[in-house]
Amino acid sequence: MMNSTAFLPTTDGGSVRTTPVDAVALEARAAALCTRSIKTTSKRAALHTTIRCIDLTTLEGIDTPGKVASLCQKAIRPDPANPTIPSVAAVCVYPEMVEHAVTSVSGTTVVVASVAGAFPAGMSTPAVRVADIADAVGRGAGEIDIVLNRSAFMSGDLRRAYDEIVAAKEACGTAHLKVILETGELGSYEQVRRASMLAMAAGADFIKTSTGKIPKAATHPMVLNMAEAIRDYADQTGVIVGLKGAGGIRTAKQAWHHLVIVGETLGSDWLTPERFRLGASSLLNDVLMQIQKLDTGHYSGPNYVTVD
Amino acid sequence: MAEHIPVDKTFKLFIGGTFPRSESGRTFQIHSADGDLLANAAKASRKDLREAVKAARGAQADWAGRTAYNRGQVLYRVAEVMESRRAEFISVLTDMGQTAHSVRAEVDRSIDRWVWYAGWADKLHHVLGTVNPVAGPYFNFTFPEPTGVVVVAAPDDPPLLGLLSRIAPVIISGNTAVVTTGGPSALAAVTLAEVLATSDVPGGVVNVLTGDKAELLPWALGHMDVNSVDLTGEPNGLDDEAVATAADNVKRIVRSDPVGASPYMIGDFLEMKTVWHPIGR
Repeated sequence: MMNSTAFLPTTDGGSVRTTPVDAVALEARAAALCTRSIKTTSKRAALHTTIRCIDLTTLEGIDTPGKVASLCQKAIRPDPANPTIPSVAAVCVYPEMVEHAVTSVSGTTVVVASVAGAFPAGMSTPAVRVADIADAVGRGAGEIDIVLNRSAFMSGDLRRAYDEIVAAKEACGTAHLKVILETGELGSYEQVRRASMLAMAAGADFIKTSTGKIPKAATHPMVLNMAEAIRDYADQTGVIVGLKGAGGIRTAKQAWHHLVIVGETLGSDWLTPERFRLGASSLLNDVLMQIQKLDTGHYSGPNYVTVD
Repeated sequence: MAEHIPVDKTFKLFIGGTFPRSESGRTFQIHSADGDLLANAAKASRKDLREAVKAARGAQADWAGRTAYNRGQVLYRVAEVMESRRAEFISVLTDMGQTAHSVRAEVDRSIDRWVWYAGWADKLHHVLGTVNPVAGPYFNFTFPEPTGVVVVAAPDDPPLLGLLSRIAPVIISGNTAVVTTGGPSALAAVTLAEVLATSDVPGGVVNVLTGDKAELLPWALGHMDVNSVDLTGEPNGLDDEAVATAADNVKRIVRSDPVGASPYMIGDFLEMKTVWHPIGR
């Protein structure tokens, strides 16, 4: 087992160092940032930023081309009655749905992201996973979400976990690579910090909290922990890496607390879709209802947004 | 053994089956008829109302989906638990200044009223529904369905009987309720909430907000996810403009008798669905 200040190699032959995590202080800081009150015009700006940073996601075994098409329409114009609402950043689907999504979003700013590499467990053989990634890219995915090899990582084989991300990055070509750490399975903040540094050193464009397939997902302290890892990495290498929170983010309030955490840790430069994403499905409707409340002065309800 | 120090109850809200304080942190004082301070009760805010509506909406489909027989059984169970807490209800009403005789009479009538409505669960379809004669080869039925989420302004007087007489006809058919209560009836409402929490009523079916009804009701009237508002307990405290916002999503506004009992009072919170079914030959 490596100790917490061990060096990890980077793809350009250098190395990065992981810093220890004070779990109590981390949770206290996240809790303090989540008490931030955001009202009126700031709230509207936060809600719009949230929408622009959403990866609108459907990852179900019962996804159909029709469902993906309607999801894409919602991604392009989230509130049919209100053209001032921006489009989301991307739609996130399984590889089989990529072509349908690409057709639906063509000519818009919305990008198609695909999970790949035997999502969500990632337990196929390396050749199959790389082929899965290349296939999704070939079908038109502009962003690829893969999972960290937790089996290798947790058994201490950091080299294998690292090499597989390097291979995935190569298979992506020009597509952006997001590496899912599945923080709920890694056991401690320290492990997540180490996995974050490993994924960034191996060439991830984004690091992402969770698959959304297990209950423990994008908690506020965990997002703060990964934002601090990104700050460390930028300090040490000058390389900018994005952050994606996913799993369990359902309310507008949770989302703007994430914005506060990222803004306070990495700066407002990070509050753009190029550097920050929220993977979500039901979140979008809650944000739209909040905006309707700001517009009308009355609380809205699920009858006044489109069904997911 | 050391002398016992009384542990006074904190009067809180009842939302989704739990007892939170108001998110606003506000409280208001409830005094007895003699002027003694009885409680610092939670003073609900519009955001508490929003959370209560969310809880009521979340509970509604399951509650309406239960069999009428089961809803009747659950209400009957509530009456059983009220009976076992009779002393507490008597104490709360006595503190508010009623005579011992009138208090016992009110508690008795309240429990009777509740059991009476419990019995209506599996009968109201027969009384309020119809088979309609139509000109064509069809069976034509009209049957009642719950309207959804109902915000109830509880009457201040009589505190317990008025409260129960307005909640029972709302929930018996499968609606869920957000009950707003003002000063005098708040203690009875919180005590009732403790009964509901311990008697098989699913969380969210009845939510209780104590505070200022006139502050909360305009938010309920404008709320697009509320289906009906019972203004019986707030007969003239709201301006017409606030009530008119209820039209935006075609809410039912109900003004009724605070102590009456009738199956048609259940009907106030029902939607009538008519279906045509071809007669085979």
